[in-house]
Amino acid sequence: MTKDEIRKLAIDILGGIAPEADFDMLEDDEELREALDLDSMDFLNFITGLHKATGADIPEADYAQLSSLQDVVAYLTAKTA
Amino acid sequence: MSEEALSDSRPSVYPPIRKDREALRPRPNLFDYESECAAFSWDKARALLDGLPDGQGLNIAYEAVDRHASGAKGDKAALRWLGKAGERRDITYRELSEETSRFANALKCLGVEPGERVYVMMGRLPELYIAMLGALKAGCVASPLFSAFGPEPIAVRMQLGDGRVLVTTPRLYKRKVAGIRDQVPGLAHVLLVGEGEVEGDGLHRWDRTVEAASPQFTIRPTDPEDMALLHFTSGTTGRPKGAIHVHQAVVAHHVTGRYALDLHEDDVFWCTADPGWVTGTSYGIIAPLTNGVTSIVAEAEFDAETWFDILEQEKVSVWYTAPTAIRMMMRIGTDVAKGRDLSALRFMASVGEPLNPEAVVWGQEAFGMPFHDNWWQTETGGIMIANYAALDIRPGSMGRPMPGIEAAIVRKLDSGDVEVIDEPMVEGELALRRGWPSMMRGYLHEEERYRKSFAGDWYLTGDLAQRDSDGYFWFVGRADDVIKSAGHLIGPFEVESALIEHPAVAEAAVIGKPDPTLGEMVKAFVTLRPGHEASEAMRRELIGHARKKLGAAVAPKEIDFRENLPKTRSGKIMRRLLKARELGLPEGDISTLESDEK
Repeated sequence: MTKDEIRKLAIDILGGIAPEADFDMLEDDEELREALDLDSMDFLNFITGLHKATGADIPEADYAQLSSLQDVVAYLTAKTA
Repeated sequence: MSEEALSDSRPSVYPPIRKDREALRPRPNLFDYESECAAFSWDKARALLDGLPDGQGLNIAYEAVDRHASGAKGDKAALRWLGKAGERRDITYRELSEETSRFANALKCLGVEPGERVYVMMGRLPELYIAMLGALKAGCVASPLFSAFGPEPIAVRMQLGDGRVLVTTPRLYKRKVAGIRDQVPGLAHVLLVGEGEVEGDGLHRWDRTVEAASPQFTIRPTDPEDMALLHFTSGTTGRPKGAIHVHQAVVAHHVTGRYALDLHEDDVFWCTADPGWVTGTSYGIIAPLTNGVTSIVAEAEFDAETWFDILEQEKVSVWYTAPTAIRMMMRIGTDVAKGRDLSALRFMASVGEPLNPEAVVWGQEAFGMPFHDNWWQTETGGIMIANYAALDIRPGSMGRPMPGIEAAIVRKLDSGDVEVIDEPMVEGELALRRGWPSMMRGYLHEEERYRKSFAGDWYLTGDLAQRDSDGYFWFVGRADDVIKSAGHLIGPFEVESALIEHPAVAEAAVIGKPDPTLGEMVKAFVTLRPGHEASEAMRRELIGHARKKLGAAVAPKEIDFRENLPKTRSGKIMRRLLKARELGLPEGDISTLESDEK
């Protein structure tokens, strides 16, 4: 997947979890949990969504590497390369 | 205790976890349960505290902070704050005393009177702790609000408690409070912590208001029965309830910290609960400080790796956490814990919802010690039933009552009284004999609801439980429709009300759907008004609507659409039936069902 595709995918999944968010305002380096008001369950649903859509294995120990949009893109680019 | 004696216990595949109490170091504070219970009195527990100088009463903040600040613990770290960006800051008892005095003086300068309510809503920043304790020093009532609440729960709780002051951050103010300011006309002052420009009435910057105030403050005489804390909790119906606690509650905070958490003065203690809820106040602020330990405050939200780092690097010795977090850590596996030096850790406890036996036992595998589950509620103010360091654990049980606490399983009679069920392992409502110091003294402005939570001498908890023949209590379920998600009570009515405010929604019913990690998650069933179609776009619209109003912690995670909801003849939606169907359980008595689900 390209970086743009991953970014789009991530935003689509987040849109199902926090549909009220204004994604045009979301900065790539903003902490997703804080910016979008995600609780632990929301965040887990986000990871599960990414896993289902990409097939990438995302172990719990890596969650800290997925805190912002740019983190997610970098992480999944490496995983799906 | 012999194996035969367990015959009346709940059959469990998990055998009891035995303790060799003689080998435990330091010696557990509650070493011999029976003799400690027999010798216990609340007067003796009160004598463990100092009281205000010259017999001027009892004040929580004095016991937690000032009495240590002027003594040998003055230079000891009271709070060790771990910031999100990796900051690490120790606040000594003396500094905490000065900072809380500044806050108390700032309130005085603003004309805030004793007894008035000071709300605190922010992430786990040092100022949160300073504001809560400083408000208590000033004789004000401290009321924490969870920062993940949306504007609506905030407005309702501030109205109920007649909030006069709010301490928050500019960011939270802009996002959640500015839009509801007109609904809380009594809110005179907002103290803003940190950077960010905000416009509005009665806004004050913390650095100009508090940091400029004098660090000397003498606590005025405080009656032990003066209102100190206001904690909100939810019932099935109606608005949230503001449970009132008084300064005397500190006697229970202190002694339960000693007994149930086994706090000793050299401990590094970490309570992971957010002070927006009662656990994070009673045990995240008060009990560790009255016991003179160093208390860890971690600003960041849960992340399993980070938490293991904290346990290891800060040499946490006593850890008080919650089932949801434990279950999330279990997903990483035991190896992560094993690769670390957790030799400082000696006692682990859990609260919020029943800890499943698998998780109790997982503690053994991962940390070499079990989790000690305990039970209490917003209304009880402190731990009531617990598994203790020196006692055997029955995995899945909430343990035995604290010394000084009489717990029973009761059955309601037609007369309105209750009768105690003595027979072991019979299900009934868990009840506590009234009279302990941290028992709520009322629901603010709701005398009738308060009265209804008692029958004679018994406080009725709303939890169904059983007691085995050895006095261990076992949680069965809630007696009402209140949802328990990640350890927090959520009232279905509050969620339903927010959903119905959406123009597309005709009816809504909200249940707690069992979830392996959260315990329960909030699920809504919704019928739509004519002209609106059930669709993914509508689902997103409603989830977004609910999140904006209620915040992530309260809003539903799942919405299902229905053409009709099951109702009784009087038109009451049968949540219980929706839940049974969701779980594939027997539907029970449906004789009152008039109009069924479609």
